[in-house]
Amino acid sequence: MPDPVPMLAAEDVARSFDVSRPWLQRVLAGEGKRTLRAVDGVSFEIPKGTTLSLVGESGCGKSTVARLVVGLYRPSRGRILFDGVELEQARADAAQRRRMQMIFQDPYASLNPRWRVRDIVAEPIRAFGMVSEAAAQREKVAELLTQVGLSPLDGEKYPHEFSGGQRQRISIARALSSNPEFLVCDEPTSALDVSVQAQILNLMKDLQRRLGLTYLFISHNLAVVRQISDRIGVMYLGRLVELAPAETLFTAPRHPYTRALMEAIPDLDMTGRQRIPVGGEVPSPISPPSGCPFHPRCPLANARCKAEMPALLPPRGQPDTIVACHAVEEGRDPAPAPAGADQRMGTTATAL
Amino acid sequence: MMQVQDRPLGRGPGPILEVRDLRVEFPTRRGVLTALDGVSFDIAPGEVLGVVGESGAGKSMTGAAIIGLLEPPGRIAGGEIRLNGRRIDNLPYEPMRRIRGREIGAIFQDPLTTLNPLYTVGRQLIETMQTHLDLSDREARQRAIGWLEMVGIPAAAQRVDSYPHEFSGGMRQRVVIALALCAEPKLIVADEPTTALDVSIQAQIIALLKRLAREKGTAMMLVTHDMGVIAETADRVAVMYAGRVAEIGPVRDVVKAPKHPYTDGLMASIPPLDRKVHHLAGIEGAMPRLSAIPRGCAFNPRCPHVFDRCRVERPELLDTGTTRAACWLYDPASEKQAPELFRHA
Repeated sequence: MPDPVPMLAAEDVARSFDVSRPWLQRVLAGEGKRTLRAVDGVSFEIPKGTTLSLVGESGCGKSTVARLVVGLYRPSRGRILFDGVELEQARADAAQRRRMQMIFQDPYASLNPRWRVRDIVAEPIRAFGMVSEAAAQREKVAELLTQVGLSPLDGEKYPHEFSGGQRQRISIARALSSNPEFLVCDEPTSALDVSVQAQILNLMKDLQRRLGLTYLFISHNLAVVRQISDRIGVMYLGRLVELAPAETLFTAPRHPYTRALMEAIPDLDMTGRQRIPVGGEVPSPISPPSGCPFHPRCPLANARCKAEMPALLPPRGQPDTIVACHAVEEGRDPAPAPAGADQRMGTTATAL
Repeated sequence: MMQVQDRPLGRGPGPILEVRDLRVEFPTRRGVLTALDGVSFDIAPGEVLGVVGESGAGKSMTGAAIIGLLEPPGRIAGGEIRLNGRRIDNLPYEPMRRIRGREIGAIFQDPLTTLNPLYTVGRQLIETMQTHLDLSDREARQRAIGWLEMVGIPAAAQRVDSYPHEFSGGMRQRVVIALALCAEPKLIVADEPTTALDVSIQAQIIALLKRLAREKGTAMMLVTHDMGVIAETADRVAVMYAGRVAEIGPVRDVVKAPKHPYTDGLMASIPPLDRKVHHLAGIEGAMPRLSAIPRGCAFNPRCPHVFDRCRVERPELLDTGTTRAACWLYDPASEKQAPELFRHA
């Protein structure tokens, strides 16, 4: 029976940043303080052993959520529970802290170029005082390197001797060295080539199965997210606009933004098809639009959308999904269609 | 169907661009590295040739060689580049500078570094047009506004006097496209034009590029690592690996029924959007470094179909029925023939 306490729970978490100009300039120009609400009231739970992914375009706040969840930022509002314990309390306790680790996007920047790989991988083991004996440490490092598909002999080398994909394997070995249960992965494959990305995704899925890991996976790539997630949250301007089981999100996307995102992805099956891209761009999070933040770009927007912020509610007949959209709530959105359905129609209809 | 597509699909008499046996070398302290080795292709008027490959495959290098902006100490060490039949790979700096902009337009990945932050976008457009075309100030300004409208910038008559930092990323890339097109070049080299942009903006830019290339009959070389972008935009594709063309052919054949084992592995690595797969195929290993390109076929250490000949002899582009692939499996004289196991084949 699954553990009823989720690995991670976020309750109405918000984080804003002060982006005001310096005091003197502000006074001279007679302007007030400016805050950027990077994350603005986000709630979700990640059950143990599952993967929740957050997707969205740049500036939607997904990476800020990742940093909040591991304690690199403190929330300005709301609370985060790690295995039922307040995050701050859990972070203060080394035995709890070692249970969460992070994998970063850029494997060129996240490994110290002057350390040997064996020292990089062993650092968390030493920091947490998990294995003190040198021989046992070496053995543990060798085991970790093997686990991520590298050779124990690679421990003697320096990061520059490895390709991007191999470096990301080293980052994963390092993250695994403190025997964590929860991994926060911030765009772990975005810096990699596609054939290497496939290797890393396979490795992450495999490790999850073997070690029972829980992932929070941050990505802008919906196709990648589909391969790895149990549930997916779509973010727009610091808010969740839709949260659904992975398959449901792709077979019956509800929020107009989710639909627009799916429509925008160039798909290999779509060769020659004319797409209608969503118009406009993401507005500035410093002065977000009134009401629903998506309304200036939304084909279904009306007066209510401009005035009133929609709440996350389950749409009729889809109890596992929650969507923040007045149109969906009122039933004026077009019937949900799976991502890729019209694409396939398009392929047959368009001769090359 | 035995129509061999080694010639471009586009209209018009001859190709705009012909690249033959292009070889680019980098002399280093440890010896000469060959970054491009025997690259050949043509682009016809109005045709979009996609050039794909993973980092280090030489796709951007090919673009840089064509526009004459190879990073020193890189140099063209062999082969020919012809624009409208005229050789341009051996031109001195000044004549080549006149060709850039007038006959070849370039679009790069990062729109902010392409634009001069100190000049208004209008001034940059006007200056570019007046350098290459004989236009009065008024005409040039009118045309600048016209180009901004054409690339979809709202309120173009006002925005023409804005500075680059006043535009968002997607709008800046539209300005860059206007800048590349404003002297009405015959050929556009676009190097990862949508990579720095979010997907919803990316779709808008792809649609724009496609429309303009068709309307103006401009030939385009589109360099990208994103197969999706290629599938949407290109007429033909060249797949590059370790500085060589691995496969070249009509986009549909290359995407749907790849013939080279590398293209096949590359396509299988792309996570599908319309279903969840248990295990992504991927390709084991990584692309070799320039200093350690294997003998014979550069792909042979990673190839699932490798046989003796691949380790010794370098394959030329061979006819596969639909595309042309640098693979010995398609030589009737080889001891091993192309298996029926390629996807969709």
